[in-house]
Amino acid sequence: MKIPTSIWTLLIGIVLTLASFWYGQNHGLLPAAATDEAVLVDGLFNAMMIVSTGIFLLVEGILIYSAFRYRQRAGDNKDGPPVEGNIPLEILWTAIPAIIVIGISVYSFDVYNEIGGFDPHAIHEAPMMNQESMAMPGSAMAATLSDTPPSTEPNLNQEKSDEAMQDPATAAVRNADQIPQLRNAPGVGSVAPTIGGTPDKAGKPAELQVNVTGLQYAWIFTYPETGITTGEMHVPIGREVQISMTANDVIHAFWVPEFRLKQDAIPGRQSEIRFTPQKAGDYTLICAELCGPYHGAMRAPVVVEPQEAFDKWMQEQLVASKETLNQAIAVNPADLSPNEFLAPYTKDMGIKPEILHQVHH
Amino acid sequence: MTQAQLQETANIPALSEEPGIRKWQDYFGFNTDHKVIGIQYLVTTFIFYCIGGVMADLVRTELRTPEVDFVTPEVYNSLFTLHATIMIFLWIVPAGAGFANFLIPLMIGAKDMAFPRLNAVAFWMIPPAGLLLIASLVVGDAPDAGWTSYPPLSLVTGQVGEGIWIMSVLLLGTSSILGAINFLVTLLKMRIPGMGVHQMPLFCWAMFATSALTLVSTPVLAAGLILLAFDLIAGTTFFNPTGGGDPVVYQHMFWFYSHPAVYIMILPFFGAISEIIPVHSRKPIFGYKAIAYSSLAISFLGLIVWAHHMFTSGIPGWLRMFFMITTMIIAVPTGIKIFSWLATMWGGKIRLNTAMLFAIGFVGTFVIGGISGVMLAAVPFDIHVHDTYFVVAHLHYVLFGGSVLGIYAAIYHWFPKMTGRMVNEFWGKVHFALTIVGLNMTFLPMHKLGLMGMNRRIAQYDPKFTFLNEICTYGAYILAVSTFPFIINAIWSWLYGEKAGNNPWRALTLEWMTTSPPAIENFDQTPVLATGPYDYGLENANEGVPLSDPNPVLSAGPNSVLRADPDEPYPTIESELEKR
Repeated sequence: MKIPTSIWTLLIGIVLTLASFWYGQNHGLLPAAATDEAVLVDGLFNAMMIVSTGIFLLVEGILIYSAFRYRQRAGDNKDGPPVEGNIPLEILWTAIPAIIVIGISVYSFDVYNEIGGFDPHAIHEAPMMNQESMAMPGSAMAATLSDTPPSTEPNLNQEKSDEAMQDPATAAVRNADQIPQLRNAPGVGSVAPTIGGTPDKAGKPAELQVNVTGLQYAWIFTYPETGITTGEMHVPIGREVQISMTANDVIHAFWVPEFRLKQDAIPGRQSEIRFTPQKAGDYTLICAELCGPYHGAMRAPVVVEPQEAFDKWMQEQLVASKETLNQAIAVNPADLSPNEFLAPYTKDMGIKPEILHQVHH
Repeated sequence: MTQAQLQETANIPALSEEPGIRKWQDYFGFNTDHKVIGIQYLVTTFIFYCIGGVMADLVRTELRTPEVDFVTPEVYNSLFTLHATIMIFLWIVPAGAGFANFLIPLMIGAKDMAFPRLNAVAFWMIPPAGLLLIASLVVGDAPDAGWTSYPPLSLVTGQVGEGIWIMSVLLLGTSSILGAINFLVTLLKMRIPGMGVHQMPLFCWAMFATSALTLVSTPVLAAGLILLAFDLIAGTTFFNPTGGGDPVVYQHMFWFYSHPAVYIMILPFFGAISEIIPVHSRKPIFGYKAIAYSSLAISFLGLIVWAHHMFTSGIPGWLRMFFMITTMIIAVPTGIKIFSWLATMWGGKIRLNTAMLFAIGFVGTFVIGGISGVMLAAVPFDIHVHDTYFVVAHLHYVLFGGSVLGIYAAIYHWFPKMTGRMVNEFWGKVHFALTIVGLNMTFLPMHKLGLMGMNRRIAQYDPKFTFLNEICTYGAYILAVSTFPFIINAIWSWLYGEKAGNNPWRALTLEWMTTSPPAIENFDQTPVLATGPYDYGLENANEGVPLSDPNPVLSAGPNSVLRADPDEPYPTIESELEKR
């Protein structure tokens, strides 16, 4: 009995769908998810993997099938049928990808909103042009005659920077006097949210604030509540953490793969990122933006631990920092040679000392 | 003889026994023949491809082990910076221009490009720019801030190398602007009478879209680079944060060109694949207009997606959503092309020769790059994998699995036309097999590396990634080996290969209607269209259509928009002269 083509198509379709769903859930391509945000991002990735696997199998299947089934037989020099197009089919294969990408966009938007990237309220808080003065007769001409008058609007980058600098430990590691803060540069909280305040948490400060400074080739963390400075970041499980970061020299990027979050630390700008750790473990903060020859070595330990362990660590740090506070602040990393500066970090990172000797600046 | 008659005689091309063969020295000098320039482009860029490939293998050798043990980190950074710059600006972009130079006038029945001297000038900017770039290695201060050259890093690394990089890229950008003007004018003004835009081969459509995109976007890169040069040399602070400059502005200017550059690198080969698949499947291209207009759609959309490279930089949240949606939408016209190619192959009589194998390989690997491209457009996911090996894998699937396989497919397809000789099919297939294996071995594991947490542009990495990196490295060696059968095959076949005849593939586009290699002004007389470019399978059209045949036996097929009257003999210059 000859099985009709439509049944074959249906069967292949079912197998393809099942295979896609199975692989989309069981690809094992991602590291552990250590934050609430990571779980959401993984859901999006799995959904995209299902669709992608389906499309991949479909296209490669048709390609390989055609190449074998329709290959030219020896001695057959005839042409194939002169099929030039098929409007319904073309509409179908335009519409289906369009629907798929719209679906993925909507899902992405939802996840992005959930992790707090898109806070609609923030837009209204953005400084507007001074409309009253613009409405006055002659103001347009005046604007061309003089330099831009000093804005009376708050300089949000400056405010955020000042806020971070309240902590003396942060002030010591950020060379704010060398790199001026950009006025109202997008990248900070209320002007334009980076990954931050989830709608339901909008406007509320995070439970734990960590100031992060990136410099060639190290991360320095300061905790404004306690004033401690460290080379490794500890965060407690279940409490929302806000990282506010900047860079002292070139662009760096804050990335912990298990957190699924990344944000550039840009000199002259404040940027922030918020997340809620949920899984204890030792992770690594990686600089993801090329920052020089030792970019690959720019890593820092990140520890997610229960509240008690975090408090205990904090206490130890407080004791330690009291002993070395003066010394720690007196050392300005900019004055050190890369060799001296990197020496304490290299051991953790598995860099051979010989490599350090090759650093010249 | 009257002056008019003399003029007519002067217009007759010199009839040598093997028309088109020039002295081999012609290829090494300033020549205004578009075919010579096309081959100059292709050979020059291929040499740069080999240099860039050696750099890639050095980079991979360093990455075979987690430690920095092969080159110093500074040299490592220079290697990947130069590798990327060479591959993009000195190989894929100008190779596309090389094919366009060779093919566009032939495909539209013109004698040459609209501005032959400008064309030569555009080519002759490339060798000095390339040599300048490579010279930076010799002076010991090569650029090492990545091919993106983001400030402030590019301002604090070696000044000489960075300056050389800027100069070189500016020269190459100028060259591609000049080329683009030439292609546009040629396509708009020099088609034979009777060839409307809908009778143009799809490669011409693709080059039209590419050139328009080049003209709009390249000047922005030039502006960005000039400002960067001021920061670097004159101490201004456009992008330098120490003086209040904004490094993110550079990123906007850079990506305003460099994302469209991806389409500048892939669209010509979409066009080439649209030529190759119907010929070797012996079927008309499926959905001619859909493919043609999707090129234009990609070209337009390509201009409004650049900020997806900056989802993790400081850009406003709503902007990320806008660029996510525009980036996703590009998948639709791209999908139209891919499904149309599949439908073209479906039910055909596919000749699995090397050109077609590379075309199939192109579709098969480009799809992977396209799918991961849609994933990367999704902001929350991109935030995780931005600047990781997932992106490296994606871009190599697009640019190697797409553009480079497309270049090879095009070389194998048009080699008989360019040289008059056939390539050796066996060694072509060896080349294809090695390339496909090497390509997937090198770039497939990178997806997992990136997802698991290996960032890009690093000389040392976490030892847990060693195994996958070893696979990638050995894959890269296979890719290096794969070019040898090609190089030897191409040179040997050019000199001693089997004579090809004018139309070995029995193709219908105009470039096959003249001698191989084509004579100096391409056609003995202005060709007259007798069939559409892809009318395979129509009655009598499958024998190939020698347009110089004085008595073509053609019937007007139902799908061909414009055909010559079959009863009217073709005029030749000789017969015209006899009448006088």
